[in-house]
Amino acid sequence: MKSSAAQVEDNVHYDPVDGRAPLILGGHDFHSLTEAVAAPMETKPPMGWWLILTVSAGLLGLLGVGVGWLFWEGIGVWGVNNPVGWGYAIVNFVFWIGIGHAGTLISAILFLFRQKWRTSINRSAEAMTIFAVMCALIFPGIHVGRVWFAYWMMPVPNQMGMWPNFRSPLLWDVFAVSVYGTVSALFWYTGLIPDLATVRDRSTGIRRKIYGFLAQGWRGSGRHWLHYESAYLILAGLATPLVLSVHSIVSMDFAVSQLPGWHTTIFPPYFVAGAIFSGFAMVMTLMVVARVAFKLENIVTIRHFENMAKIMLVTGSMVGYAYGMEFFIAWYSGNPYEQFTFVNRAFGPYAWAYWTMITCNVVSPQLFWFKRVRTSVPMLFILSIFVNIGMWFERFVIVASSLHRDFLPSSWDYYRPTFWDVTAFLGSFGLFFFMFCLFVRFLPMVATAEVKSVLPQADPHHEPGTTGPRRTMVEETVH
Amino acid sequence: MRLLMPSLPEGKEHYGVLAEFSSPREVLHAAERVRDAGYTRWDVHSPFPIHGTARAMGLKASRLPLIVLVCGLGGAAGAMLLQWWTSTVDYPLVISGKPYFSWQAYVPITFELGVLGGALGAVVGMLALNQLPMLFHPLFGSKRFERVTDDGFFISIESWDPRFDVKGTPDLLKGLGASHVELLSRKQEAEP
Repeated sequence: MKSSAAQVEDNVHYDPVDGRAPLILGGHDFHSLTEAVAAPMETKPPMGWWLILTVSAGLLGLLGVGVGWLFWEGIGVWGVNNPVGWGYAIVNFVFWIGIGHAGTLISAILFLFRQKWRTSINRSAEAMTIFAVMCALIFPGIHVGRVWFAYWMMPVPNQMGMWPNFRSPLLWDVFAVSVYGTVSALFWYTGLIPDLATVRDRSTGIRRKIYGFLAQGWRGSGRHWLHYESAYLILAGLATPLVLSVHSIVSMDFAVSQLPGWHTTIFPPYFVAGAIFSGFAMVMTLMVVARVAFKLENIVTIRHFENMAKIMLVTGSMVGYAYGMEFFIAWYSGNPYEQFTFVNRAFGPYAWAYWTMITCNVVSPQLFWFKRVRTSVPMLFILSIFVNIGMWFERFVIVASSLHRDFLPSSWDYYRPTFWDVTAFLGSFGLFFFMFCLFVRFLPMVATAEVKSVLPQADPHHEPGTTGPRRTMVEETVH
Repeated sequence: MRLLMPSLPEGKEHYGVLAEFSSPREVLHAAERVRDAGYTRWDVHSPFPIHGTARAMGLKASRLPLIVLVCGLGGAAGAMLLQWWTSTVDYPLVISGKPYFSWQAYVPITFELGVLGGALGAVVGMLALNQLPMLFHPLFGSKRFERVTDDGFFISIESWDPRFDVKGTPDLLKGLGASHVELLSRKQEAEP
């Protein structure tokens, strides 16, 4: 057994006799965990927090200006043209929705698979999901141009006696994304209740009242936990097929159309893999910064990062496979339009975007085969940024390169974003980081109750006075 | 405003007794004994769910799954009904030559609203079964009880439990290894 003080960071090496060092390092007990998680909410935030908050508030203001001008002037301020009628708005929408998927994967799917390491990162990943869905929802809302008609997307009884077309994937999308946002928020809030109670019990005055109100009088009773755990399991079970359905339905916005480059059956699984891939990259980007800024290195450890890197390697390779398979099917189908679209995608006017995507999404995650890369924080950060960029370009490539060469060559054109396209795009990042800054300051960013329950001393069979049996991999899986 | 408080039976001087234990292991063993002693109106309190508490307390499985099933099926049925009625009865429109009731195309929204119904049922049902929100409770009168969300493990026994005895019950808990035992007043404490 390695001494935990000297080599705090090393819980990634697996020894068949020793097992692995625990998930949570630094010799934490229940109380010190509470202290560590509550500290960012109770102490002065670091300067970096103010810096990021200010910059993102500025970008958020930019979003207000951009959207305001759009409403005043109409979508003519954007670069969309004929034939590229879908531009940045849909690209950003799909990008943000995809980001959200990692949060649900971590909170729901890894919960069903009993991956205990998820407890350190699930809260912040779920928060990320909700903020990403907020960013995503802006774009379908504003892209209609005449926003006062946005309610037409909803089945609201109206004076025209009309109903939306329920056979359209675009309407499925409205339902999928709004349900996804709602269920994610419910799941997040359910997880927060015990931790809000923790904050309540530590604070005084008005703070105590606010957190107390949000915690609803949680008393951690055995009966509470019985129903709570049942609710949590059920929510995880519901969120798992939900998250798979959401990006599948998003992909059907494209796949159900007749357009070469979009009309493929591989889209639903390929979109879901890409969504999880991009989402994990964003979780990585956020947590690399947040764990250092708020001194959570012993709770969000290198092992957590290594696991995330492995998931990114898998999903990144799946995405790479899908890119290859699209080309194969284009050739194998014998359809000249399909073949032209894909050759044009790789070597046409948007080749620069295509190869950016390939480099970032297919090549860069292959570095995660090396343990040295998976356990190096700077490399993880750089690669996560690469993947974020690549996944944005994936959506750009799908949208722009498929549309800009219409069936009639006389309609061919080239899509360029305008200043106002970029404004809305950067503005959505402002909203995202602004919300995340508020989250880390005012809510417990680690699911304290859940992390406590995976400490060795939380096990009722734990012998007092020992650090607990070091479980081997086998025991960990069967337990 | 004291709406969200428990209704306590009249005629008892105390709310009950609160005992603190030092570890999940101890509180679980004590709970088994309290259960075996025949108490019924009592509870275990812990900062995180302890594996095996429900059995140690003799609790039956949660009825929540049934609630969720009903809500989920309700959501799905409502969605299918909405799509059928709008597309077939109220506003029939031929789209791509498909039948008015093209149910295959209605599956995604039916699924989504089924999940929404189930999720709402799970959260609201969980709160209802737990009788939350309850912002006032005699337990919040104990300063020590604040540690229940940090590192404290407690057993509380209410005074209207038929077996409750103002001397005997605290002694029982002490005998089970409680580090601290206190009688709680029945004052409805403001949620802490």
